[in-house]
Amino acid sequence: MDKTVNQKAWFLILPVLVLVAFSAVVPLMTVVNYSVQDTFGDNEFFWAGLEWFEEMLGSDRLWNALGRQVLFSAIILAIEVPLGIFIALNMPKKGVWASVCLVLMSLPLLIPFNVVGTIWQIFGRVDIGLLGHTLAALGLDYNYTNDAFDAWATIIVMDVWHWTSLIALLCYAGLQSIPQAYYQAAKIDQASRWKTFRYIELPKMQGVLLIAVLLRFMDSFMIYTEPFVVTGGGPGNATTFLSIDLVKMAIGQFDLGPAAAFSIMYFLVILLVSWVFYTVMTNLDKEEAR
Amino acid sequence: MARITLSKLAHSYFPNPRGEADYALKEMDHVWEDGGAYALLGSSGCGKTTLLNIISGLVRPSQGRVLFGDRDVTDAATAERNIAQVFQFPVVYDTMTVRDNLAFPLRNRGMDAAYVASRVDQIARMIGMEAELGRKARGLTADAKQKISLGRGMVREDVNAILFDEPLTVIDPHMKWELRTQLKSLHREFGHTMIYVTHDQTEALTFADKVVVMYDGRVVQMGTPQDLFDTPEHTFVGYFIGSPGMNLLEATVEGNRATVAGISLPLGASYGAQKGRVQIGIRPEFVSLTAGEGLPVTVRRIEDVGRHRIVRADFNGTEINAIAEEGTPLSPEMTRLAFAPDRIGVYADDWRVAPQGGQMGRAA
Repeated sequence: MDKTVNQKAWFLILPVLVLVAFSAVVPLMTVVNYSVQDTFGDNEFFWAGLEWFEEMLGSDRLWNALGRQVLFSAIILAIEVPLGIFIALNMPKKGVWASVCLVLMSLPLLIPFNVVGTIWQIFGRVDIGLLGHTLAALGLDYNYTNDAFDAWATIIVMDVWHWTSLIALLCYAGLQSIPQAYYQAAKIDQASRWKTFRYIELPKMQGVLLIAVLLRFMDSFMIYTEPFVVTGGGPGNATTFLSIDLVKMAIGQFDLGPAAAFSIMYFLVILLVSWVFYTVMTNLDKEEAR
Repeated sequence: MARITLSKLAHSYFPNPRGEADYALKEMDHVWEDGGAYALLGSSGCGKTTLLNIISGLVRPSQGRVLFGDRDVTDAATAERNIAQVFQFPVVYDTMTVRDNLAFPLRNRGMDAAYVASRVDQIARMIGMEAELGRKARGLTADAKQKISLGRGMVREDVNAILFDEPLTVIDPHMKWELRTQLKSLHREFGHTMIYVTHDQTEALTFADKVVVMYDGRVVQMGTPQDLFDTPEHTFVGYFIGSPGMNLLEATVEGNRATVAGISLPLGASYGAQKGRVQIGIRPEFVSLTAGEGLPVTVRRIEDVGRHRIVRADFNGTEINAIAEEGTPLSPEMTRLAFAPDRIGVYADDWRVAPQGGQMGRAA
């Protein structure tokens, strides 16, 4: 069959191209521009090549921040995913209490990030915070402003409080879609509670769970506001995650070149991980359709 | 294996049922013999599935008892009852292989591995899935998945009963026939009590020794396919069984004659006085189109279905069907329908009235 050549189609995608150019390509190119040049102000730029990338890859600062970042994401995923599943499994399936649960669970998700940070910053303070003061009164040596472990614990608990609901709600939706017949069949087959979970509930939740993990991974990997409000990256650099470090470098020290190189590598890491997730998910879909 | 007794059983989905209309199952007393193949037949929403779920223990009846043999199992959990159930839509464990799916009920009961393997092979051969045993159940067709569900239902040898809840709805027609035949031979071989819920009369009549017809939460008749055909106990049975179903006409009955719209017809037996709404019923097989005596009708159309023709006629606004065997001549001057007198049944308020003296064989 002969295809009619019609170049008018290009005009139709033009609006999208313009929109994407302004929202993504132009800002990204600006960053690329900074990453390969050096400037001392006055809009004067000198070609620097890959110098900043080399400098960043060779600096402990980036690797330390990356290490902390990976550790943080790993810990919160390890806590939030099982906890979210556990909560979803134990939520009432229908009735008034189901609605009450849903509302309560959604609340943390509706609070602006820096408000969450402020809440926990105050909550954990030893002098006036309910948590900090109580712990101190119990004789525990807790102070997130000068103890790295306490700072980490505070930020992790805060993140778990803030985001476990998301995983629980997604899993709950997945569980609700399981027809009653599956549970009846499991009873008749004399499957234990664990086997019912392992062979019925978990496989049916797989899809939403992957999305939940992807969302939580990306969000936690880019976390900025909450730890910045609570600890400001301290004590020392203990809670300086990638984003916090990046902002310090770009705006605090005004090292635009290295910060731009840092940004690009940061972006590539997230892109890579998202791509891996996307591939895994589409493969699972294919397997399902086969 | 056990005889199943339903004693004064009734069920309502409301916590405090008021009046009969609130009951999904009206009070019933029935005994299902050990080793019988029963079909539970009825239209959607008549309580078939409720009854099945009460037997399997997934639903606890609001009233009455369920007995397996002499044991009262009304409050026993599903697992304790040792029954198998196959659902309308395939239930398979997606992440397991076909083999693990079939072995699951046996392994959960701690059966010996060698026994499990041999039993799984046997069942796989029966459902024709030996080649797919190593495959993941995810991604199989609905047919194949339902075959696995059937296989899982039959894999245990010691079950008290196997319950089927419209299991062939999603299966291809040619496969339906094959599976039904296999179920039958399996029943002959192992003698499990089988209860098969369906709304398809062909399925019910070919599968079961005894067909249990349900209507509006009630068991209206329990009998062999022949009983249901010859002496329907309720107008619903007459209408539901048969293709087309039984013809029903408003009538008055006195002695051995019925009067339909002023026309007197002979009956095969005498009947006493009846109360309520009286109807006479006759199957299309025993109605013939004739030029002689009979009810004057307008023939609407004649459908040739191959082995015979169905005459669709209209009598004062009521449709009457007749079946004309192949070779029977039909001509335009035939405008009357003759009924075989001994095949006419009398119904008062939808229930069959027994003839006096029992000339018509089985009485109600």
